[in-house]
Amino acid sequence: MKLRKILCGALAALMTLSLAGCGGEKKTTLIMATNAEFPPYEYRDGDQIVGIDAEIAQAIADDLGLELVIEDMAFDSLIAAVQSGKADMVLAGMTVREDRLENVNFSDPYTLTAQVVIVKDGSAIVSPSDLVGKKVGVQLGTTGDMYAEDIDDVTVERFNKGFEAVQSLLQDKVDAVIIDREPAKVFISQNEGLIILDEEYTVEEYAIAIAKDNTELLEQVNASLAKLKGSGKIGSIINKYISAD
Amino acid sequence: MSDWLKELAHRFYLNFIKDDRWLYITRGLRTTVLITVFALILGVALGFIVAIIRSAHDKTGKLKIANFICRVYLTVIRGTPVVVQLLIIYYGIFASVAIEKMIVAVIAFGVNSGAYVAEIVRSGIMSIDKGQLEAGRSLGFSYAQTMVYIIIPQAFKNVLPALGNELIVLLKETSVSGYIAMEDLTKGGDIIRSRTFDAMMPLLAVAAIYLIVVILLEFLVGRLERRLRNSDH
Repeated sequence: MKLRKILCGALAALMTLSLAGCGGEKKTTLIMATNAEFPPYEYRDGDQIVGIDAEIAQAIADDLGLELVIEDMAFDSLIAAVQSGKADMVLAGMTVREDRLENVNFSDPYTLTAQVVIVKDGSAIVSPSDLVGKKVGVQLGTTGDMYAEDIDDVTVERFNKGFEAVQSLLQDKVDAVIIDREPAKVFISQNEGLIILDEEYTVEEYAIAIAKDNTELLEQVNASLAKLKGSGKIGSIINKYISAD
Repeated sequence: MSDWLKELAHRFYLNFIKDDRWLYITRGLRTTVLITVFALILGVALGFIVAIIRSAHDKTGKLKIANFICRVYLTVIRGTPVVVQLLIIYYGIFASVAIEKMIVAVIAFGVNSGAYVAEIVRSGIMSIDKGQLEAGRSLGFSYAQTMVYIIIPQAFKNVLPALGNELIVLLKETSVSGYIAMEDLTKGGDIIRSRTFDAMMPLLAVAAIYLIVVILLEFLVGRLERRLRNSDH
Protein backbone atom coordinates (compact mmCIF):
# COMPACT_ATOMS: atom_id res chain seq x y z
CA MET A 1 0.00 0.00 0.00
CA LYS A 2 2.69 2.40 1.00
CA LEU A 3 4.60 1.80 -2.20
CA ARG A 4 1.48 2.52 -4.18
CA LYS A 5 1.01 5.83 -2.43
CA ILE A 6 4.56 6.86 -3.13
CA LEU A 7 4.20 5.86 -6.77
CA CYS A 8 0.98 7.84 -7.10
CA GLY A 9 2.63 10.87 -5.54
CA ALA A 10 5.62 10.58 -7.85
CA LEU A 11 3.40 10.26 -10.91
CA ALA A 12 1.33 13.26 -9.89
CA ALA A 13 4.47 15.31 -9.37
CA LEU A 14 5.79 14.22 -12.74
CA MET A 15 2.58 15.19 -14.48
CA THR A 16 2.53 18.61 -12.85
CA LEU A 17 6.11 19.13 -13.89
CA SER A 18 5.51 18.13 -17.48
CA LEU A 19 2.44 20.37 -17.59
CA ALA A 20 4.53 23.25 -16.34
CA GLY A 21 7.09 22.36 -19.02
CA CYS A 22 4.65 22.77 -21.86
CA GLY A 23 2.92 25.80 -20.44
CA GLY A 24 2.78 28.44 -23.15
CA GLU A 25 5.73 30.46 -21.91
CA LYS A 26 7.36 32.62 -24.51
CA LYS A 27 10.62 31.26 -25.87
CA THR A 28 13.52 33.46 -24.92
CA THR A 29 16.42 31.54 -26.42
CA LEU A 30 17.44 30.68 -29.94
CA ILE A 31 19.54 27.51 -29.97
CA MET A 32 22.00 27.24 -32.81
CA ALA A 33 23.62 23.88 -33.50
CA THR A 34 27.00 23.87 -35.19
CA ASN A 35 30.25 21.98 -35.52
CA ALA A 36 32.90 24.38 -34.32
CA GLU A 37 35.78 22.87 -36.31
CA PHE A 38 35.16 24.85 -39.44
CA PRO A 39 37.11 28.09 -39.57
CA PRO A 40 36.36 30.85 -40.48
CA TYR A 41 32.63 30.00 -40.30
CA GLU A 42 32.72 28.58 -36.79
CA TYR A 43 35.64 27.78 -34.55
CA ARG A 44 36.69 28.13 -30.97
CA ASP A 45 38.57 31.19 -29.82
CA GLY A 46 39.33 30.66 -26.15
CA ASP A 47 36.11 29.29 -24.72
CA GLN A 48 33.96 31.19 -27.22
CA ILE A 49 32.60 29.87 -30.48
CA VAL A 50 33.19 32.58 -33.04
CA GLY A 51 33.12 32.96 -36.80
CA ILE A 52 30.87 34.11 -39.62
CA ASP A 53 27.99 31.77 -38.76
CA ALA A 54 28.15 32.61 -35.07
CA GLU A 55 27.98 36.33 -35.80
CA ILE A 56 25.17 35.98 -38.32
CA ALA A 57 23.23 33.89 -35.80
CA GLN A 58 23.90 36.57 -33.17
CA ALA A 59 22.61 39.26 -35.52
CA ILE A 60 19.45 37.22 -36.21
CA ALA A 61 18.92 36.56 -32.51
CA ASP A 62 19.33 40.27 -31.75
CA ASP A 63 16.86 41.10 -34.48
CA LEU A 64 14.32 38.62 -33.12
CA GLY A 65 14.92 39.72 -29.53
CA LEU A 66 16.12 36.27 -28.43
CA GLU A 67 19.17 35.13 -26.55
CA LEU A 68 21.54 33.05 -28.69
CA VAL A 69 22.80 29.71 -27.34
CA ILE A 70 25.38 27.80 -29.40
CA GLU A 71 25.59 24.00 -29.17
CA ASP A 72 28.74 22.39 -30.58
CA MET A 73 28.35 18.85 -31.94
CA ALA A 74 29.46 16.47 -34.71
CA PHE A 75 28.54 17.65 -38.19
CA ASP A 76 26.62 14.50 -39.02
CA SER A 77 24.35 14.97 -35.96
CA LEU A 78 23.29 18.52 -36.77
CA ILE A 79 20.17 17.74 -38.80
CA ALA A 80 19.05 15.16 -36.27
CA ALA A 81 19.44 17.85 -33.59
CA VAL A 82 16.97 20.25 -35.22
CA GLN A 83 14.65 17.41 -36.20
CA SER A 84 14.41 16.24 -32.62
CA GLY A 85 13.99 19.79 -31.32
CA LYS A 86 17.30 19.81 -29.43
CA ALA A 87 18.23 22.90 -31.42
CA ASP A 88 16.22 25.52 -33.31
CA MET A 89 18.50 26.01 -36.27
CA VAL A 90 21.74 24.89 -37.84
CA LEU A 91 24.36 27.33 -39.04
CA ALA A 92 27.36 25.23 -39.89
CA GLY A 93 28.43 26.15 -43.38
CA MET A 94 25.68 23.79 -44.47
CA THR A 95 24.88 23.56 -48.16
CA VAL A 96 21.31 23.24 -49.43
CA ARG A 97 20.98 19.72 -50.85
CA GLU A 98 18.06 17.65 -52.07
CA ASP A 99 18.49 14.88 -49.55
CA ARG A 100 18.77 17.35 -46.70
CA LEU A 101 15.62 19.14 -47.90
CA GLU A 102 13.72 15.91 -47.34
CA ASN A 103 14.38 16.25 -43.63
CA VAL A 104 14.63 19.97 -42.88
CA ASN A 105 13.74 23.32 -44.39
CA PHE A 106 16.43 25.75 -45.43
CA SER A 107 16.33 29.51 -45.15
CA ASP A 108 17.38 31.72 -48.04
CA PRO A 109 21.09 31.28 -48.66
CA TYR A 110 23.37 33.75 -46.92
CA THR A 111 26.64 33.14 -48.71
CA LEU A 112 28.11 31.64 -51.84
CA THR A 113 31.06 29.30 -51.62
CA ALA A 114 32.69 26.29 -53.26
CA GLN A 115 34.13 22.85 -52.64
CA VAL A 116 37.84 22.78 -53.39
CA VAL A 117 40.55 20.15 -53.55
CA ILE A 118 43.63 20.39 -51.31
CA VAL A 119 46.74 18.44 -52.32
CA LYS A 120 50.37 18.41 -51.34
CA ASP A 121 52.57 20.83 -53.24
CA GLY A 122 53.99 18.96 -56.24
CA SER A 123 51.25 16.35 -56.28
CA ALA A 124 50.37 14.59 -59.54
CA ILE A 125 46.78 15.72 -59.00
CA VAL A 126 46.39 19.05 -60.79
CA SER A 127 42.66 19.12 -61.46
CA PRO A 128 39.58 17.53 -59.87
CA SER A 129 39.40 15.04 -62.75
CA ASP A 130 42.71 13.53 -61.59
CA LEU A 131 41.03 12.25 -58.46
CA VAL A 132 39.86 9.07 -60.22
CA GLY A 133 41.22 6.00 -58.44
CA LYS A 134 42.78 8.03 -55.63
CA LYS A 135 42.38 8.10 -51.86
CA VAL A 136 40.34 11.15 -50.93
CA GLY A 137 39.93 12.47 -47.38
CA VAL A 138 36.70 14.23 -46.38
CA GLN A 139 34.71 15.16 -43.30
CA LEU A 140 31.86 12.71 -42.67
CA GLY A 141 28.49 13.94 -43.90
CA THR A 142 29.76 17.08 -45.65
CA THR A 143 29.02 17.81 -49.29
CA GLY A 144 32.66 16.98 -50.01
CA ASP A 145 31.87 13.47 -48.71
CA MET A 146 28.87 13.15 -51.05
CA TYR A 147 30.81 14.41 -54.07
CA ALA A 148 33.84 12.26 -53.36
CA GLU A 149 31.65 9.18 -53.36
CA ASP A 150 30.65 9.87 -56.96
CA ILE A 151 34.23 9.87 -58.25
CA ASP A 152 35.09 6.67 -60.13
CA ASP A 153 37.06 4.00 -58.35
CA VAL A 154 37.84 6.27 -55.41
CA THR A 155 38.56 5.35 -51.80
CA VAL A 156 36.81 7.81 -49.52
CA GLU A 157 38.28 8.23 -46.04
CA ARG A 158 35.69 9.85 -43.79
CA PHE A 159 37.08 11.74 -40.82
CA ASN A 160 35.10 13.25 -37.97
CA LYS A 161 36.88 16.57 -38.37
CA GLY A 162 38.12 18.47 -41.39
CA PHE A 163 41.57 19.05 -39.92
CA GLU A 164 42.04 15.30 -39.38
CA ALA A 165 41.59 14.80 -43.11
CA VAL A 166 44.17 17.53 -43.71
CA GLN A 167 46.52 15.94 -41.17
CA SER A 168 46.23 12.63 -43.00
CA LEU A 169 47.04 14.40 -46.27
CA LEU A 170 50.17 15.87 -44.68
CA GLN A 171 51.20 12.35 -43.62
CA ASP A 172 50.49 10.94 -47.10
CA LYS A 173 47.69 8.79 -45.75
CA VAL A 174 45.34 10.25 -48.36
CA ASP A 175 46.12 11.79 -51.77
CA ALA A 176 43.74 14.75 -51.61
CA VAL A 177 41.10 16.39 -49.43
CA ILE A 178 37.80 17.78 -50.70
CA ILE A 179 36.50 20.49 -48.38
CA ASP A 180 34.80 23.87 -48.39
CA ARG A 181 36.86 26.75 -49.76
CA GLU A 182 37.24 29.00 -46.71
CA PRO A 183 38.25 26.30 -44.21
CA ALA A 184 40.62 25.02 -46.90
CA LYS A 185 42.32 28.44 -46.98
CA VAL A 186 42.71 28.39 -43.23
CA PHE A 187 44.14 24.86 -43.28
CA ILE A 188 46.72 25.62 -45.96
CA SER A 189 47.76 28.80 -44.20
CA GLN A 190 48.42 26.77 -41.06
CA ASN A 191 50.32 23.95 -42.76
CA GLU A 192 53.25 24.25 -45.11
CA GLY A 193 53.45 22.31 -48.35
CA LEU A 194 49.73 22.25 -49.15
CA ILE A 195 48.00 23.93 -52.06
CA ILE A 196 44.42 24.39 -53.22
CA LEU A 197 43.75 23.44 -56.85
CA ASP A 198 42.74 26.45 -58.95
CA GLU A 199 39.80 24.59 -60.42
CA GLU A 200 36.96 24.48 -57.91
CA TYR A 201 35.10 21.21 -57.44
CA THR A 202 31.61 22.72 -57.29
CA VAL A 203 30.01 26.01 -56.37
CA GLU A 204 27.42 25.97 -53.61
CA GLU A 205 25.41 28.09 -51.19
CA TYR A 206 25.16 27.97 -47.43
CA ALA A 207 21.82 28.35 -45.69
CA ILE A 208 20.25 27.91 -42.26
CA ALA A 209 18.53 24.58 -41.58
CA ILE A 210 15.32 24.67 -39.52
CA ALA A 211 12.94 21.85 -38.52
CA LYS A 212 10.18 21.10 -41.06
CA ASP A 213 7.37 21.85 -38.61
CA ASN A 214 8.86 25.14 -37.45
CA THR A 215 7.71 27.32 -40.35
CA GLU A 216 7.20 30.25 -38.00
CA LEU A 217 10.91 30.43 -37.22
CA LEU A 218 11.74 29.91 -40.89
CA GLU A 219 9.74 32.99 -41.86
CA GLN A 220 11.23 35.04 -39.04
CA VAL A 221 14.76 34.00 -40.00
CA ASN A 222 14.19 34.75 -43.68
CA ALA A 223 12.77 38.19 -42.85
CA SER A 224 15.67 38.83 -40.54
CA LEU A 225 18.22 37.66 -43.13
CA ALA A 226 16.68 39.96 -45.75
CA LYS A 227 16.94 42.89 -43.34
CA LEU A 228 20.55 42.07 -42.46
CA LYS A 229 21.54 41.65 -46.10
CA GLY A 230 19.87 44.99 -46.96
CA SER A 231 21.68 46.84 -44.20
CA GLY A 232 25.03 45.38 -45.32
CA LYS A 233 25.50 43.66 -41.95
CA ILE A 234 26.02 40.18 -43.45
CA GLY A 235 28.51 41.53 -45.96
CA SER A 236 30.51 43.24 -43.24
CA ILE A 237 30.55 40.11 -41.06
CA ILE A 238 31.84 38.02 -43.98
CA ASN A 239 34.44 40.64 -44.89
CA LYS A 240 35.65 40.73 -41.33
CA TYR A 241 36.68 37.05 -41.53
CA ILE A 242 37.47 36.60 -45.22
CA SER A 243 39.85 39.03 -46.82
CA ALA A 244 38.67 39.92 -50.30
CA ASP A 245 40.70 38.13 -52.94
CA MET B 1 -1.54 1.57 -38.07
CA SER B 2 -0.91 0.82 -41.72
CA ASP B 3 0.33 4.39 -42.22
CA TRP B 4 2.75 3.86 -39.42
CA LEU B 5 3.94 0.60 -40.97
CA LYS B 6 4.28 2.26 -44.35
CA GLU B 7 6.37 5.05 -42.80
CA LEU B 8 8.52 2.43 -41.08
CA ALA B 9 8.96 0.52 -44.34
CA HIS B 10 9.90 3.73 -46.11
CA ARG B 11 12.47 4.56 -43.48
CA PHE B 12 13.85 1.05 -43.68
CA TYR B 13 14.10 1.44 -47.46
CA LEU B 14 15.89 4.79 -47.11
CA ASN B 15 18.31 3.60 -44.45
CA PHE B 16 19.26 0.19 -45.76
CA ILE B 17 18.07 -0.52 -49.29
CA LYS B 18 18.47 2.73 -51.22
CA ASP B 19 21.92 3.15 -52.82
CA ASP B 20 22.87 -0.25 -51.33
CA ARG B 21 23.36 1.35 -47.92
CA TRP B 22 23.23 -2.04 -46.16
CA LEU B 23 26.74 -2.52 -47.55
CA TYR B 24 28.02 0.01 -44.98
CA ILE B 25 26.69 -2.29 -42.26
CA THR B 26 28.03 -5.57 -43.67
CA ARG B 27 31.42 -4.15 -44.59
CA GLY B 28 31.52 -2.46 -41.20
CA LEU B 29 30.74 -5.72 -39.40
CA ARG B 30 33.51 -7.44 -41.35
CA THR B 31 36.01 -4.75 -40.29
CA THR B 32 34.86 -4.88 -36.67
CA VAL B 33 35.19 -8.67 -36.54
CA LEU B 34 38.60 -8.65 -38.23
CA ILE B 35 39.98 -6.02 -35.85
CA THR B 36 38.58 -7.90 -32.86
CA VAL B 37 39.96 -11.30 -33.90
CA PHE B 38 43.50 -10.11 -34.63
CA ALA B 39 43.56 -7.76 -31.64
CA LEU B 40 42.44 -10.68 -29.48
CA ILE B 41 45.28 -12.86 -30.74
CA LEU B 42 47.83 -10.09 -30.14
CA GLY B 43 46.28 -9.19 -26.79
CA VAL B 44 46.22 -12.76 -25.47
CA ALA B 45 49.81 -13.38 -26.60
CA LEU B 46 51.03 -10.14 -25.00
CA GLY B 47 48.91 -10.71 -21.93
CA PHE B 48 50.27 -14.21 -21.30
CA ILE B 49 53.87 -13.10 -21.72
CA VAL B 50 53.43 -10.16 -19.35
CA ALA B 51 51.51 -12.28 -16.83
CA ILE B 52 54.17 -15.00 -16.83
CA ILE B 53 56.96 -12.47 -16.34
CA ARG B 54 55.07 -10.70 -13.56
CA SER B 55 54.12 -13.85 -11.69
CA ALA B 56 57.60 -15.32 -12.09
CA HIS B 57 58.91 -12.15 -10.46
CA ASP B 58 56.30 -12.39 -7.69
CA LYS B 59 57.10 -16.04 -7.01
CA THR B 60 60.87 -16.14 -7.47
CA GLY B 61 62.06 -12.53 -7.28
CA LYS B 62 63.91 -12.88 -10.59
CA LEU B 63 63.38 -10.90 -13.84
CA LYS B 64 63.53 -7.53 -12.08
CA ILE B 65 64.05 -5.42 -15.23
CA ALA B 66 61.48 -7.28 -17.33
CA ASN B 67 59.00 -6.97 -14.49
CA PHE B 68 59.63 -3.23 -14.30
CA ILE B 69 59.04 -2.83 -18.04
CA CYS B 70 55.81 -4.83 -17.78
CA ARG B 71 54.61 -2.65 -14.93
CA VAL B 72 55.27 0.52 -16.92
CA TYR B 73 53.34 -1.00 -19.84
CA LEU B 74 50.38 -1.85 -17.63
CA THR B 75 50.30 1.56 -15.99
CA VAL B 76 50.57 3.53 -19.20
CA ILE B 77 48.09 1.46 -21.20
CA ARG B 78 45.53 1.12 -18.45
CA GLY B 79 45.94 4.76 -17.48
CA THR B 80 44.98 6.24 -20.85
CA PRO B 81 41.82 5.87 -22.95
CA VAL B 82 42.01 3.51 -25.90
CA VAL B 83 40.78 6.14 -28.34
CA VAL B 84 43.67 8.43 -27.36
CA GLN B 85 46.10 5.54 -27.80
CA LEU B 86 44.62 4.81 -31.23
CA LEU B 87 45.05 8.43 -32.33
CA ILE B 88 48.60 8.59 -30.96
CA ILE B 89 49.54 5.41 -32.81
CA TYR B 90 47.95 6.58 -36.07
CA TYR B 91 48.97 10.23 -36.12
CA GLY B 92 52.02 10.03 -33.88
CA ILE B 93 53.94 6.76 -34.02
CA PHE B 94 53.08 5.94 -37.63
CA ALA B 95 52.97 9.60 -38.69
CA SER B 96 55.44 9.34 -41.53
CA VAL B 97 54.45 5.95 -42.92
CA ALA B 98 51.47 5.18 -45.09
CA ILE B 99 50.43 2.13 -43.10
CA GLU B 100 47.36 -0.02 -43.56
CA LYS B 101 44.83 1.23 -41.02
CA MET B 102 43.79 -2.29 -40.14
CA ILE B 103 47.30 -2.89 -38.79
CA VAL B 104 47.16 0.34 -36.78
CA ALA B 105 43.85 -0.69 -35.25
CA VAL B 106 45.00 -4.25 -34.47
CA ILE B 107 48.14 -2.91 -32.78
CA ALA B 108 46.22 -0.28 -30.80
CA PHE B 109 43.44 -2.57 -29.61
CA GLY B 110 45.74 -5.58 -29.19
CA VAL B 111 48.27 -3.69 -27.08
CA ASN B 112 45.43 -2.18 -25.05
CA SER B 113 43.67 -5.47 -24.50
CA GLY B 114 46.99 -7.16 -23.64
CA ALA B 115 47.30 -5.04 -20.51
CA TYR B 116 43.94 -6.21 -19.20
CA VAL B 117 44.50 -9.83 -20.25
CA ALA B 118 47.85 -9.74 -18.43
CA GLU B 119 46.27 -8.90 -15.10
CA ILE B 120 43.47 -11.42 -15.64
CA VAL B 121 45.95 -14.20 -16.38
CA ARG B 122 48.21 -13.17 -13.51
CA SER B 123 45.27 -13.37 -11.13
CA GLY B 124 44.68 -16.89 -12.46
CA ILE B 125 48.28 -17.95 -11.98
CA MET B 126 48.41 -16.49 -8.47
CA SER B 127 45.17 -18.25 -7.57
CA ILE B 128 46.72 -21.69 -8.05
CA ASP B 129 47.87 -23.05 -4.70
CA LYS B 130 51.61 -22.87 -4.25
CA GLY B 131 51.56 -26.57 -3.38
CA GLN B 132 51.04 -27.21 -7.09
CA LEU B 133 54.28 -25.44 -7.92
CA GLU B 134 56.11 -27.20 -5.12
CA ALA B 135 54.75 -30.55 -6.22
CA GLY B 136 55.82 -29.94 -9.79
CA ARG B 137 59.29 -28.85 -8.74
CA SER B 138 59.77 -31.83 -6.40
CA LEU B 139 58.77 -34.17 -9.24
CA GLY B 140 61.74 -32.80 -11.13
CA PHE B 141 60.03 -30.33 -13.44
CA SER B 142 61.81 -27.06 -14.04
CA TYR B 143 60.00 -23.83 -13.16
CA ALA B 144 59.07 -23.30 -16.84
CA GLN B 145 57.79 -26.87 -17.21
CA THR B 146 55.72 -26.59 -14.05
CA MET B 147 54.21 -23.42 -15.42
CA VAL B 148 53.40 -24.85 -18.85
CA TYR B 149 52.15 -28.29 -17.79
CA ILE B 150 50.65 -27.72 -14.36
CA ILE B 151 49.94 -24.10 -13.44
CA ILE B 152 48.79 -22.44 -16.67
CA PRO B 153 46.25 -25.12 -17.71
CA GLN B 154 44.54 -24.78 -14.33
CA ALA B 155 44.85 -21.00 -14.33
CA PHE B 156 43.38 -20.74 -17.82
CA LYS B 157 40.24 -22.56 -16.74
CA ASN B 158 39.83 -20.22 -13.79
CA VAL B 159 40.22 -17.04 -15.80
CA LEU B 160 38.09 -18.06 -18.76
CA PRO B 161 34.99 -16.13 -17.63
CA ALA B 162 37.07 -12.99 -17.12
CA LEU B 163 38.76 -13.49 -20.50
CA GLY B 164 35.34 -13.83 -22.13
CA ASN B 165 34.42 -10.57 -20.48
CA GLU B 166 37.54 -8.90 -21.87
CA LEU B 167 36.72 -10.23 -25.35
CA ILE B 168 33.28 -8.61 -25.21
CA VAL B 169 34.77 -5.33 -24.02
CA LEU B 170 37.33 -5.49 -26.82
CA LEU B 171 34.66 -6.05 -29.47
CA LYS B 172 32.72 -3.03 -28.30
CA GLU B 173 35.81 -0.85 -27.87
CA THR B 174 36.64 -1.24 -31.54
CA SER B 175 33.67 1.06 -32.15
CA VAL B 176 36.05 4.02 -31.73
CA SER B 177 38.09 3.03 -34.79
CA GLY B 178 35.98 5.46 -36.79
CA TYR B 179 38.25 8.12 -35.30
CA ILE B 180 40.96 7.14 -37.76
CA ALA B 181 38.42 7.02 -40.62
CA MET B 182 38.07 3.25 -40.52
CA GLU B 183 34.67 2.01 -41.56
CA ASP B 184 33.77 -0.34 -38.76
CA LEU B 185 30.23 -1.24 -37.77
CA THR B 186 29.62 1.93 -35.74
CA LYS B 187 31.06 4.15 -38.45
CA GLY B 188 28.94 2.33 -41.02
CA GLY B 189 25.86 3.32 -39.06
CA ASP B 190 27.20 6.88 -38.76
CA ILE B 191 27.71 7.11 -42.51
CA ILE B 192 24.12 5.99 -43.12
CA ARG B 193 22.94 8.53 -40.55
CA SER B 194 24.87 11.28 -42.30
CA ARG B 195 23.05 10.38 -45.54
CA THR B 196 19.51 9.81 -44.29
CA PHE B 197 19.52 12.02 -41.16
CA ASP B 198 17.57 9.30 -39.38
CA ALA B 199 18.75 9.27 -35.79
CA MET B 200 17.17 6.01 -34.68
CA MET B 201 17.08 3.25 -37.25
CA PRO B 202 20.77 2.92 -38.17
CA LEU B 203 21.74 3.15 -34.49
CA LEU B 204 19.23 0.48 -33.51
CA ALA B 205 20.44 -1.78 -36.31
CA VAL B 206 24.05 -1.32 -35.22
CA ALA B 207 23.14 -1.96 -31.58
CA ALA B 208 21.24 -5.11 -32.51
CA ILE B 209 24.19 -6.47 -34.49
CA TYR B 210 26.65 -5.85 -31.65
CA LEU B 211 24.21 -7.56 -29.31
CA ILE B 212 23.89 -10.60 -31.57
CA VAL B 213 27.66 -10.92 -31.90
CA VAL B 214 28.09 -10.63 -28.12
CA ILE B 215 25.42 -13.27 -27.48
CA LEU B 216 27.22 -15.55 -29.93
CA LEU B 217 30.53 -14.94 -28.14
CA GLU B 218 28.94 -15.63 -24.76
CA PHE B 219 27.61 -18.90 -26.11
CA LEU B 220 31.01 -19.94 -27.47
CA VAL B 221 32.88 -18.99 -24.28
CA GLY B 222 30.24 -20.86 -22.26
CA ARG B 223 30.76 -23.99 -24.35
CA LEU B 224 34.51 -23.79 -23.98
CA GLU B 225 34.08 -23.41 -20.24
CA ARG B 226 31.89 -26.50 -20.04
CA ARG B 227 34.31 -28.51 -22.12
CA LEU B 228 37.24 -27.61 -19.91
CA ARG B 229 35.19 -28.43 -16.83
CA ASN B 230 34.68 -32.01 -18.10
CA SER B 231 38.19 -32.84 -16.96
CA ASP B 232 37.22 -31.94 -13.39
CA HIS B 233 35.32 -35.17 -12.95
